Amino acid sequence: MKNWWKYLSVALLLYVIVVSLNTPLGPGLTAVSPENLNTGENSEIKVIGYNTHFRNNPPDMQHPGVWLESDGFHLTCNNVEVIDDQELHFSVEVPDELPSKSLHVFVSYDEGTFMLPNAFRAEQSVKNDQLKNEAPESFSGSVTAFYFPNREILRESIRNLMFHVPMWFTMMLLMTISVVYSIKYLSGLNPDHDLIARQAVNVGLLFGILGLLTGSLWARFTWGQWWVSDTKLNGAAITTLIYFAYTILRGSINEEQNKARVAAVYNVFAYVILIVLLMVLPRLTDSLHPGNGGNPAFSSYDLDNALRTVFYPAVLGWMGISLWILQLRNRTERIKQQIENA
Amino acid sequence: MLIREIGVLIRKEFDLEIRNKVAIGGILLYVVTTVFLCYLSFRELQDTTVWNTLFWVILLFSALNTISKSFQTESRYRLLYLYTLVSPAAVILSKMIYNILLMGITALVTLLFYSLFLGTSPLEGANAGMYLVALLLGCAGFAGIFTMIAAIAAKTGNQLGIMAILGFPLILPLLLTLIGLSGIALRGLPWEYGTTELLILTGLNILIAALSYILFPYLWRE
Repeated sequence: MKNWWKYLSVALLLYVIVVSLNTPLGPGLTAVSPENLNTGENSEIKVIGYNTHFRNNPPDMQHPGVWLESDGFHLTCNNVEVIDDQELHFSVEVPDELPSKSLHVFVSYDEGTFMLPNAFRAEQSVKNDQLKNEAPESFSGSVTAFYFPNREILRESIRNLMFHVPMWFTMMLLMTISVVYSIKYLSGLNPDHDLIARQAVNVGLLFGILGLLTGSLWARFTWGQWWVSDTKLNGAAITTLIYFAYTILRGSINEEQNKARVAAVYNVFAYVILIVLLMVLPRLTDSLHPGNGGNPAFSSYDLDNALRTVFYPAVLGWMGISLWILQLRNRTERIKQQIENA
Repeated sequence: MLIREIGVLIRKEFDLEIRNKVAIGGILLYVVTTVFLCYLSFRELQDTTVWNTLFWVILLFSALNTISKSFQTESRYRLLYLYTLVSPAAVILSKMIYNILLMGITALVTLLFYSLFLGTSPLEGANAGMYLVALLLGCAGFAGIFTMIAAIAAKTGNQLGIMAILGFPLILPLLLTLIGLSGIALRGLPWEYGTTELLILTGLNILIAALSYILFPYLWRE
């Protein structure tokens, strides 16, 4: 079959859209109240879950196991009461001495063991690093359903992974194609190569803008602002600036051959420095992105299997679509030139 | 052969500069005016970070101004004439070396007036050797990138505007690393703390020179 890769990428993207928007999120804990605990007192606490089924318990247990943890020191909770599948009430006796001011909460039942990190702050705690004890028995979960991980901060927005991240991969692919054709142009002065280099930049910029838009939307949901000062965001902004400058440069030279040559030289020069920039910038500043500064990571050991089965097809699908757009743009541009010359 | 050509071309640049004293005077006056403007706006800068950043931003703009004219003065016919005599690599390398020297003078004058007007307190207790190395690597990097960009922008009608658009995103890795390294130097920390920055800057400078050496002949060909 001739254009198999076009059919394949459309099929992949359909699969990605359907699966990524329909797969449910796994169980997780979203909120507790109150968030501040007084040391040396007995506190009544409420925990809210998302997509959880607190009523399903192992046969030998009346209710889920609940405990708090502070740096290796575990506090067992009493009077656990299941209100419904998403809500639990319990009480806990907080001692005067704790190893750390922040406490995590764990809920363990039939579906697995779930944690909300840094759920509580204990005021006026006496710091005692010596406190340590064994964690209570936890269940690894009997549910094998296909779902996306429920991560704090991200929640339902985790689906954007399939749309935001591949935009950047695709953009870098197109910019690399562009620089390869610029080098080819410089060595052979074939106008066709220049055409491909120029159109690859145009399509790459389209994907760059889409990446900025999806990223901005995601940042609003997770970090609270449309734009935050972050290494990756600034790197992305600079990349788009460099390639917009490329189009401006083309526009400001009149003679066709001169334009192609100067633009190709700039393209190669800019691409090499851009690669250095993208490697250097993260070393100089901290990033809010996955894997940096306490954000949930998607690194190779961490990317969940369910996410993986959608993410890899998404990357391939978007790349395929971008190459198709590039091919169409090259053809229309060539036809336009032929009409002009005729 | 190449080295002799570069030597002759650098001498030519010097001769032209000395014959036309207005150019170098203009650069120095530009620097002094900018510093004085900052002085009137800020009065005195106690904060080392702001002091350091502002210095590099001033130097960035004076580099843009200084180097933008390095291909403007060459008329099309003189370039053609040079083409018959020397290799293109000699032209770009000689311009680069000359611009590094020019930037070195500019940086020293800027530093002099800058510390005179905006306070010397950040310089006290600094690691002077490391600061000078940062200054040197900065001048070399600015000169390298802007010389190549000037050669590209000379092909368009709007030299200065295009140079800023093309050059500023590319100068960023250099500028950020420079601000980092000189910040370390101003805090008076020993050399070990700046190893990464020093390596990045040296690598970048070599990379820029190599790229210009490879790419300039294509730009030159008419």
